[in-house]
Amino acid sequence: MINDLYGNRKYVIGGLMVLVVLIYILRLFSLQILDDSYQDKADSNAYLKQIEFPARGLIKDRNGKILVFNKPSYDVMMVVREMKQFDTLGFCTLLNISQEEFDIRMKDLKKRVGYSSYTPQQFMTQLPPEDYGVLQEQLFRFPGVYMQMRTIRNYNYSAAALLLGSVGEVNRKMIEKDEFYVLGDYAGQNGVEQTYENVLRGKKGVEVFLRDAHGRIQGKLDDGAHDVQSKAGQNLTLSIDIDLQMYGERLMENKVGSIVAIDPKTGEILAQVSSPTYDPAILSGRKRSENYEKLLKNPLKPLLDRPVMAYYPPGSTFKIANALIFEQEGIISENTYQSCHLGYHVGRFSVGCHAHYSPLNLVQSVQHSCNAYYCASFRTMMDHKKYKNISDAFETWKNHIVSLGFGYKLGADVPNEKRGYIPNSGVYDKLYGKDRWKSLMIVSNSIGQGEILTTPLQIANLAAIVANRGYFIVPHLVKNIEGGEIDSLYLTKKITSISPQYFTPIIEGMDLVMRAGTGWYSRIDSVAVCGKTGTAENPHGEDHSLFMAFAPKDDPKIAICVVVENSGFGATWAAPIASLMIEKYLKGYIAPRRIPMEEKMLNSNLLPKDVVSSN
Amino acid sequence: MSSRRINILSNIDWVTIAIYFLLVTAGWFCIYGAVYNMEEVPFWDFNYRYGKQLIWIGLASVIALFLMLLDSKIYNIFAYHIYALLLLLLLVTIFVAPEIKGSRSWLVLGPISLQPAEFAKTATALALAKFMSSYNFKLYNLRNATIVGLIIFIPFLLIILQNETGSALVYVSLLLVLYREGMPGIFLFLAFCLAVIFIVSIRFGAEPIISAFPEESYGLFLVMIFSLLVQILFLLIYEKNNKVPLIIFIASAVIFFVGMLVYKLADFPIKFTYLGFGVMGIVTLYLIFNAISERRKTFVLIALFGLFSIGFSSLSETAFNSLLPHQQTRIKVTLGMENDPKKAGYNVNQSKIAIGSGGLTGKGFLNGTQTKLKYVPEQDTDFIFCTVGEEYGFVGSVTVLFLFLFLFLRLLFLAERQRSLFSRIYGYCVASIVFFHLTINIGMVLGLTPVIGIPLPFFSYGGSSLWGFTILLFIFLRLDVSRTEYFV
Repeated sequence: MINDLYGNRKYVIGGLMVLVVLIYILRLFSLQILDDSYQDKADSNAYLKQIEFPARGLIKDRNGKILVFNKPSYDVMMVVREMKQFDTLGFCTLLNISQEEFDIRMKDLKKRVGYSSYTPQQFMTQLPPEDYGVLQEQLFRFPGVYMQMRTIRNYNYSAAALLLGSVGEVNRKMIEKDEFYVLGDYAGQNGVEQTYENVLRGKKGVEVFLRDAHGRIQGKLDDGAHDVQSKAGQNLTLSIDIDLQMYGERLMENKVGSIVAIDPKTGEILAQVSSPTYDPAILSGRKRSENYEKLLKNPLKPLLDRPVMAYYPPGSTFKIANALIFEQEGIISENTYQSCHLGYHVGRFSVGCHAHYSPLNLVQSVQHSCNAYYCASFRTMMDHKKYKNISDAFETWKNHIVSLGFGYKLGADVPNEKRGYIPNSGVYDKLYGKDRWKSLMIVSNSIGQGEILTTPLQIANLAAIVANRGYFIVPHLVKNIEGGEIDSLYLTKKITSISPQYFTPIIEGMDLVMRAGTGWYSRIDSVAVCGKTGTAENPHGEDHSLFMAFAPKDDPKIAICVVVENSGFGATWAAPIASLMIEKYLKGYIAPRRIPMEEKMLNSNLLPKDVVSSN
Repeated sequence: MSSRRINILSNIDWVTIAIYFLLVTAGWFCIYGAVYNMEEVPFWDFNYRYGKQLIWIGLASVIALFLMLLDSKIYNIFAYHIYALLLLLLLVTIFVAPEIKGSRSWLVLGPISLQPAEFAKTATALALAKFMSSYNFKLYNLRNATIVGLIIFIPFLLIILQNETGSALVYVSLLLVLYREGMPGIFLFLAFCLAVIFIVSIRFGAEPIISAFPEESYGLFLVMIFSLLVQILFLLIYEKNNKVPLIIFIASAVIFFVGMLVYKLADFPIKFTYLGFGVMGIVTLYLIFNAISERRKTFVLIALFGLFSIGFSSLSETAFNSLLPHQQTRIKVTLGMENDPKKAGYNVNQSKIAIGSGGLTGKGFLNGTQTKLKYVPEQDTDFIFCTVGEEYGFVGSVTVLFLFLFLFLRLLFLAERQRSLFSRIYGYCVASIVFFHLTINIGMVLGLTPVIGIPLPFFSYGGSSLWGFTILLFIFLRLDVSRTEYFV
C-alpha cells in the first residue's frame, strides 16, 4: 500500500467540488426561477414587433359631408449598412434639403435609441405624396433608402378646427395610462378626435419577426401564427352642419367670441364656433409643432375652445332663468307688476335701468330687460318667510339654477368643458360671516352679474330648455358612430325643476324682444324668433355682447347663444349674428332686407386695437 | 493479447465512460442548437460546426480506443518525453502560430489546426505524477518542491506567452493535487489570499475612498481590511487566548466606524488610509511584542502577512499600471470594471438573459431565441452552457452540473483506489483540471467569475479541446484498468 498520511484531504477536495456545484445551482435557481425579468429581456431581444397602423375613422358632418379623411404620407427610411457609395448631393437635391441638414439628420438617426445599421431607420417623416412620387422614381439610385407609408389627417373644409381637434404624437402620460400606445404613436388631441379616440383609432395589427443579434430579420415567429390583422377605425358622423359652421366662422371673423347652436329637440350641436380660429390642416403633418407653437403664442388665444371653456357673466340672459325660478317658487306670477324708475334704488344702493314705461309685468320685464323687476323679485324670494332663512332661500334658488344646466359640466363630448361658477350660501358665509349677509348684498345675481360665471354652451342650453318648455338633452357633437352606439346620456331628456306652464310668459316676452324690444333690429320677417339680449360687464375693458335665442317660436329647431367679446351691447353685435345664423339654418338664405346687416357683420373688425389680426 | 483484452473489458470503469458519452452527446446537441440557423440542414453537413464536431467525436472515440489498447506502463515510462515534446511544441507555437484574436496558440498543419495547450495539460499531469511518485520524493525537500514548481510553471509561462491567459490559469488547479499529496493547506490559503489582493488592488485601485482625497486608493484600504481579517483569523487559530483577536476586531471596527461617522455626519474629511495604517501598526506592534515575550515565530509570520499584503497590493497596482492600455482593458473587462452592456459586459449580460429566460424547464430543443438568433457570442465554444440554460432550463442545467459533479467524485473515487502513487496523482490531476475548467467556465457564464475564455470540458465545440480532455481522461481510465499491476 502506498503511504497515505493525507488521505482525509480527499474529503476536503471532494467537499470543495460539491460546494462549487451547489453555489452554481443556487445561482441558477435565482436566475431561472426567482427572477422572471430575463424572459422579457430575451423577448425584446428576439422579437421585432412591426406594427401595422390601421386607417383612422373618417369624420362626417350631419349631412354626410366628409370633414376629415386620411391622406397617405411617406417616411423616408434608411438602412445604413446598405448605403454604399451614396450620392448625397443628388439625394439632397431631390429632397430639397441642404448637405448640412442631411448630415444633421444622419447624426440624429444614428443616435436614436434602438438604432441598428441593419434595419430601416427613420430619416425624414411625413413626406407629401408629390415629393414621394419624385423620390420613388429615383429610388434605384440610392441603395439603402426605403419609403414607408403611414397616413395623416386631411381636411375638406378649413373650419371647425377646435371642435374637430387634431392628431398628434402621444406623450409619456398617455403611454402610461393606455397600453395601446407606444412611443411615436399618434392619437387624437382635443376635440372629437380626442373624445372619440377609442372609436376612431381602430385596432393595430402586428407582425412578429425574429431578429438576430445584428438586427437582421430572420423570418416570422412561428410562420406568422402570432400576427394580428389591423382593423380600420369606425367612421364618426357629427351633429355639426358644416355649412352653418363655416357661416358662423365667417360672421365671427375679426371678432373674439363664440357661437353655439343646438337642435333643442335632440341636443345636437349644429354649430360651435370659437373665434378666432385657424385652419385645422396646419396641425397635421410636418409643421404641426411649429404651427402649434405659433397658435400658443397668439395673444388672442385661438387654442382656447371658447364655447365650452370661456367664462362670462351671463348678464341679462340670466333673467330668463331667474324669471322661471321666481314663477316656480310662487314669488311672482304672470301678473306681478313692478315699478321701475330708471333702475332699482335702495338707499345708497342703485342698479340702473334704461328708459321704459312703469310699472311692467313679467312679459314686459323680459321684453325690456328690466333690472328693477329682477332685483326686487330676487330680494322678495331671498327674504321670503316660506324659507327658514336667507341661506335656505339661496340654496333653493341655486338648486333651480343647477337644474337649468349651470354650475356643473353639462357633459358634452368635448374634452375640456368647464363647469362655470354658481356660488352657494357657504361662499357668502365665508365672505360676510355666517348668516351675516342680506339679500341686498347678493342682488346682482338676479341680473346675471355678481359672482356668476357661465360658458356659452350653458347659455345656449338655457335657450334650448326654454324652447323645449322645461327639459334638455345634454348638448353633444356626435350624431352616429358607424357600427357603434352613442352614449345614452345623449339620448335621454333631462327634466328641469321648472314646470312647463311657467315658460309661456317667458316665451311671450322673448318673442316681444324681437318684435318690439331690444332685439328688434335683428328681427327676421319670416321666422318667429324668441330672443334675449345680454351685456356682460367686463371689468377689464369693453363689455361683452351676449344674445340667446331659439326659433321658430312654436316648433323650435334651433337654440343659439352668441357672445362677442368687448363689443358692447348684446343688441348691437350678438343679436344680429345670431339672427343671421337662425335665418341661414332655417331658410337657407338671407332675406334681401337683411343683406346690409349681414355685410356689416361680415366685414366689421372688432378685434382689440392693440392686437394685430392673426388672419 | 487476448487475455489482456478481456482484462481491459472487465476492469474498465464503465460508469465514467457512460458519463463521458452522456456529456459529449449533450454537448453535441447544444452545439447543434447554437449553430442551427433555421434553414433545414442535415446534421451531418460538414460545413457546419455540428457536422465537424461529429467528426471530432468520432475521432475522439478512436483515440480513446487506441489509448485503451496501449500498455499502461508506457505513460509512466515516457512521461518526461511527452512532457518535453509538448513544451517544445508550445515554444514553437509561439513563433509559428498565426495571430488569431490576439493570441498565438494554434498550430496550423494544412487543413488541421491544433492547440498544443490543450494537450500540454495531459503532459504536465503525467510529468508531475511521475516526478512526485518517484522514489524518495518529498514535497518538503526544497529541491523537490522547486522541481514540482517548475514542472507546473514552465508550461504556464509558455501559454501566457501565447497570450492564452485562461488556458494558463488552469495550471493553478494543480495546487489541489499538491495539497492532496501533502502540501500544507496554508499554501492553498495563501494562493487564495494573493488572488484576492491582486483582484481587489486592481479593481478598486483607481477609486478614491472619499472624494476629498482622490490620491487615496480604495483598493489599498480594502486590502488593509482584508489583511486585518486574515490576521484575526490566524490569531483565532494559533492564539490560545481567544479574547485578543476579538478585541482587535472590535477595536478596529469601532475605529473605522467612528471615522466614517465623523466623515458622514460632521462632513470632516478623514484620511482613511492613515487610519488603516494606524490600526495595522498597532496590531503589528502587538504581534511583535508577543513574538518577543512569548518567543513564538507564528506571531512574526502573522505580522509579516500584513506587511506582505500591503506590499503585494502596491506591486499589483504598479504592475497593472505599467501594462499597455489594451492589456489593461482586457484585465478590466475580466474583472468586470468596464461593464458597458454594449461592449465588454455584453457577453455576460446576454448569457445571463439566455439562461435566465430558460425558466424551470427551458424553451425546448432549437427553441431558444437567444441561442438561435446569435445574441451570445462564442456560444458554441466558451458560452455553450447558455444553450443548456435557455433550451433545457433549470432542470437541464442542474442535470448537467450533477453529471459533472458525479464525474468529479467518481474520478476522486477511482484515484483513491489506485495502488500506484503515479496513477493516483495523475487521477487527481485529471479531476482538478476538469473541475477548474467547469468552475471558471460556468462561473463566467453565470456572471460569477471573471470572463476567462476556457472551454467547458466535453461540451464546447472544438477538436483540440475535445481530444485533449479525451486523452487526459482515457489515459487515467487505462491506468485504472491496470491498477492491480503496480505496487509502486
